[in-house]
Amino acid sequence: MSALLQVRGVTMRFGGLVAVDDAALDVAPGTITGLIGPNGAGKTTLFTVIAGFQTANAGSVAFAGEDVTALPAHTRALRGIARTFQIVQPFAGLSVRENIAVGAFLRHPSRGEAMARATAVGEAVGLGPLLDRPAGALTVAGRKRLEMARALATEPRLLLLDEVLAGLNPSEIRDMLPVVRRIRDDGVTILMVEHVMQAVMSLCDTVHVIAQGRMIAHGTPAEIARDPKVVEAYLGHGAARRLAGGADA
Amino acid sequence: MRSSYLPIAIAVAVLAVLPLGTSSNTTLNFLSFALIVALAAQGWNILGGYGGQFSFGHAAFFGTGAYGMALLQVRFGINPWLALPLATLMGAAVGAAIGALSFRARLRGSYFALVTLAFAEVFRILANAWGFTGGAAGVLVPLRIEAANMQFADRATFYWLVLACVAAGLVLTQAMARARFGAWLVAVRENEEAARALGVDSLAVKLRAITLSSGITALAGGLYAQKFLYLDAGIAYGSWISVEALLAPIIGGLGTVFGPLVGALVLLGLGEATKIALGHALGGAVPGVDLVVFGVLLILCVAFAPRGLLGLGANVRRLLRRPV
Ligand SMILES: Nc1ncnc2c1ncn2[C@@H]1O[C@H](COP(=O)(O)OP(=O)(O)OP(=O)(O)O)[C@@H](O)[C@H]1O
Ligand SMILES: [Mg+2]
Repeated sequence: MSALLQVRGVTMRFGGLVAVDDAALDVAPGTITGLIGPNGAGKTTLFTVIAGFQTANAGSVAFAGEDVTALPAHTRALRGIARTFQIVQPFAGLSVRENIAVGAFLRHPSRGEAMARATAVGEAVGLGPLLDRPAGALTVAGRKRLEMARALATEPRLLLLDEVLAGLNPSEIRDMLPVVRRIRDDGVTILMVEHVMQAVMSLCDTVHVIAQGRMIAHGTPAEIARDPKVVEAYLGHGAARRLAGGADA
Repeated sequence: MRSSYLPIAIAVAVLAVLPLGTSSNTTLNFLSFALIVALAAQGWNILGGYGGQFSFGHAAFFGTGAYGMALLQVRFGINPWLALPLATLMGAAVGAAIGALSFRARLRGSYFALVTLAFAEVFRILANAWGFTGGAAGVLVPLRIEAANMQFADRATFYWLVLACVAAGLVLTQAMARARFGAWLVAVRENEEAARALGVDSLAVKLRAITLSSGITALAGGLYAQKFLYLDAGIAYGSWISVEALLAPIIGGLGTVFGPLVGALVLLGLGEATKIALGHALGGAVPGVDLVVFGVLLILCVAFAPRGLLGLGANVRRLLRRPV
């Protein structure tokens, strides 16, 4: 089975800092693939390169068998790559429904259809009762759902989720897990950056680990949890215990 | 869906009967002038209000429309009914060119505002120096009162012509606001990065917006030229129209269909009323007093009605409707 997303040799420098260093990764279609690593490892930077928001200094990105390295972000969205932002970026002056509709307009040029689509997607991610609220008035959990809803409304084939669980309390996280799973079951392949290990362990089929810009390991969540390189990257046994504990849960 | 056009129909009907209540030429001239400014402001509102790209130089488009209208007639003998759409297209082309230069260079915020201001000033200086545009003496469109020549014996007729253009501007704005393009334009205003992530080609959206915006403002310029039959660089490319085209939507309601119209009527109405009142009180005209009124209105709006008069009206209605 050929990969839906193929990243090869991506290097991204900011001045003297090498944020991503010769990174490669594959995402198989129909999977939830995790991308984990310590703070500042380069996860978000790699996402922005995949989604076309920054041009890498070297390397290539192929999507559905085609090289998309030179395409701008909006064209990649049209091809089927959608991303969420780690730092949420709502259209604060618009209602929740209008926010989602901006995404839905991509494949539904008529207003009626786009609005209907926005309503359906909003309800699917649990924003049903909030659709007419201004997006600026949402809680953190609401904003994270809005990020997902908007991206989903573009009807992507690959969804890049950047820490959509960060800042949520345990019960909000428990509510989100089935939402993510259902998106995958509906046929959307997911690549997710996540610090909440319990979520990574329970959701992901495969996990890639990045540290200081380099990909250091990949495998099933259980394999990753046992990998000494990974434990080392997280600096200390605390992380190792968290990983192991998550795998049992 | 159709009912969203009803308020436009009512507003246009009310404005259409105004000339029937007066035979004063001064009043009719003022009303025509106010609607021309409203139309210029409608153009500005597409780019500034809906798109969030504040231009300080819509005079560049107004002036191009005005000079286009006058010169096509005077220098090329083109009929004004053809000259007006041509002048509109010329203004739109200038807008597209300025947009391509500044948006491709990723200018936004105050940088974009200053660049548009600079373009308008350059045009003003060129028009003032160039013989083709009549130089400092300006250009005079010969008086030949004939409907076929877009010059009417009755001032109300020209007012209705301007009103028809304002009505078209209202319908166009409303249609745009409900279309995909409008949603994308507002998304770019709210957060360009997020819009791009959702497949919005932000550069293309901004270019379309400035082209549409400058075309409408150029149409207002063309009507101005035909109304007064005289232009010079200070009138056509002067900063007065850049300021009024921007103040009217801010005072009326940014990014709303009626904001520019309401703002222009209030702004110019109060300016004119103050001029007359002070003129009576002091026994002579006080030059520049309308600018003071504009300044005070702007300050009041920023302080008490950041969403403009229409936003203020909506708040008051909500308060009244709230059960005690
Ligand atoms: N636009 C930028 N300019 C300069 N440096 C940047 C830029 N973006 C990221 N960096 C740096 O690149 C490195 C990787 O950042 P990145 O945001 O990709 O990390 P991350 O793995 O997503 O971290 P976190 O888990 O905290 O979100 C960091 O050192 C960061 O400071
Ligand atoms: Mg990050």
